[in-house]
Amino acid sequence: MDDLYREVIIEHYKNPSYRGKLDPHDISFADNNPLCGDHIQVDLRVDADGKVADARFDGHGCAISQASADLLMESIIGKPVEDVKQLNKDFILEMLGIDLGPVRLKCALLSLKVLKAGVYGLGEASDSLVE
Amino acid sequence: MLNTDLIRKDFPILERTTASGARVVYLDSTATSQKPLAVIEAMNDFYRRSNANIHRGVHTLAEESTALYEGAREKIAKFINAASARQVIYTRNTTESINLVAYSWARANLKAGDLVILTEMEHHSNLVPWHMLAAERGVELDFITVTADGLLDLDAYKSLLARGPKLVSFTHMSNVLGTVNPAAEIIHLARDAGAVTLVDGAQSVPHLAVDVQALDADFYAFSAHKMCGPTGIGALYGKAELLEAMPPFLGGGDMIREVKLRSFRPNSLPHKFEAGTPAIAEAVGFGAAVDYLTKIGMDKIAAHEHAITEYALERLEEIPGVKVFGPSADKKGGVAAFTLEGIHPHDVAQILDQDGIAVRAGHHCAQPLHEKFGIPATSRASFYLYSTKAEVDLLVDGIYKVKKLFG
Repeated sequence: MDDLYREVIIEHYKNPSYRGKLDPHDISFADNNPLCGDHIQVDLRVDADGKVADARFDGHGCAISQASADLLMESIIGKPVEDVKQLNKDFILEMLGIDLGPVRLKCALLSLKVLKAGVYGLGEASDSLVE
Repeated sequence: MLNTDLIRKDFPILERTTASGARVVYLDSTATSQKPLAVIEAMNDFYRRSNANIHRGVHTLAEESTALYEGAREKIAKFINAASARQVIYTRNTTESINLVAYSWARANLKAGDLVILTEMEHHSNLVPWHMLAAERGVELDFITVTADGLLDLDAYKSLLARGPKLVSFTHMSNVLGTVNPAAEIIHLARDAGAVTLVDGAQSVPHLAVDVQALDADFYAFSAHKMCGPTGIGALYGKAELLEAMPPFLGGGDMIREVKLRSFRPNSLPHKFEAGTPAIAEAVGFGAAVDYLTKIGMDKIAAHEHAITEYALERLEEIPGVKVFGPSADKKGGVAAFTLEGIHPHDVAQILDQDGIAVRAGHHCAQPLHEKFGIPATSRASFYLYSTKAEVDLLVDGIYKVKKLFG
């Protein structure tokens, strides 16, 4: 069992390091996965150089979506916001180290969609953001 | 209990295994049922022997196709005890049946300020058509509340009725809670208040003996694919005087009596509502499904599912951390929607799948109901005539595995 539920995923799901909210923040965005109702909010602080100074996620969802969000927050802190804009599906799959079917892929990508909708200042976390 | 050893032989899909080598344990019949050989073969035979377009042709194949298509309608009418087959309109599914009422009857009969009563346990298919009508026409929507144990609050319903609703539209059986609503009583009260009634029968027709005349329903909607038939076809039953007075829904071929360049006269029932070439092979499959269920007996199917559900609730409730939603087994059909403390339903479903166990996870197209109970999603196991107690045991073993994995 499992590749899909590798220890790292269960661990980040049960004990996330970056769950919470940032107040104040420079960027904040939230959206749902309409398939399952999973909800993720991402808050970012951006420093004077345009780099992500801090990042947090909040919300509810399955182990895949929550672990993916936690790992994503960890990976973007210190990165230029411009680089964050370039992240896509492959980045998430490599980060999780698992193969996912089409339904669970949506769970894994929710946090990245929300993050990118936030940094681009869009109203909706659409699929096209992570293709 | 039914002899499931025999019944399961009718469903070839139940023999298959998944990638892990596990035999499929299909506990998702509420989403769609599996199909018996009788249905698969009826549709194959239709394409091998009889296929032609219906109603217009005079050649042998067209005659045969028409007879099969209309013969299936007769069977379906008899299955729900409609007075006449012309009161059974083929649609794509329950959703389209409800939309037909919303577009044709409701837009001809409802105006701004008119009240439509729904319930908090509706599937999105019996919510969104009315949201759309409310936005377009300004009709008002109100909802019969659901009690903590998953029943409709009939006192709340009676106070809503005092406001003079024009339509009461409700599910006969909840696809999440499994609650079998007292349809006859709800319809009777609506009639006394002067309201028209529409019943979402997507879950009831497959699992219970339904008699639309005894219920006195004005409209009754259901799908073939949840009752051993194919996808792509469903039906709307309606009282003849209502259907006669309604304007057509979709325009096109087959729904007309006469067409001029600038006008048309609609056909009579049921063809008035069946524009374009319909799902002919699917209608044949629908008829075969009705024959199959009739042969086994709806009362026997209901009793079998009741025994499985009673056993499933008992086994599930003994697992620490499991909470099953909905009323006790005597008030519900073969559905067990549950949460497992601290573990998301998607993860539960995914891990069960590794042992071949198919349950559904999510809000099951009933998001407002989940919000009411303060949960984003549930895992749902559902049962049908081929379900066994051994499959319930496998489900329970699987849930213990999930718990172990998440420690």
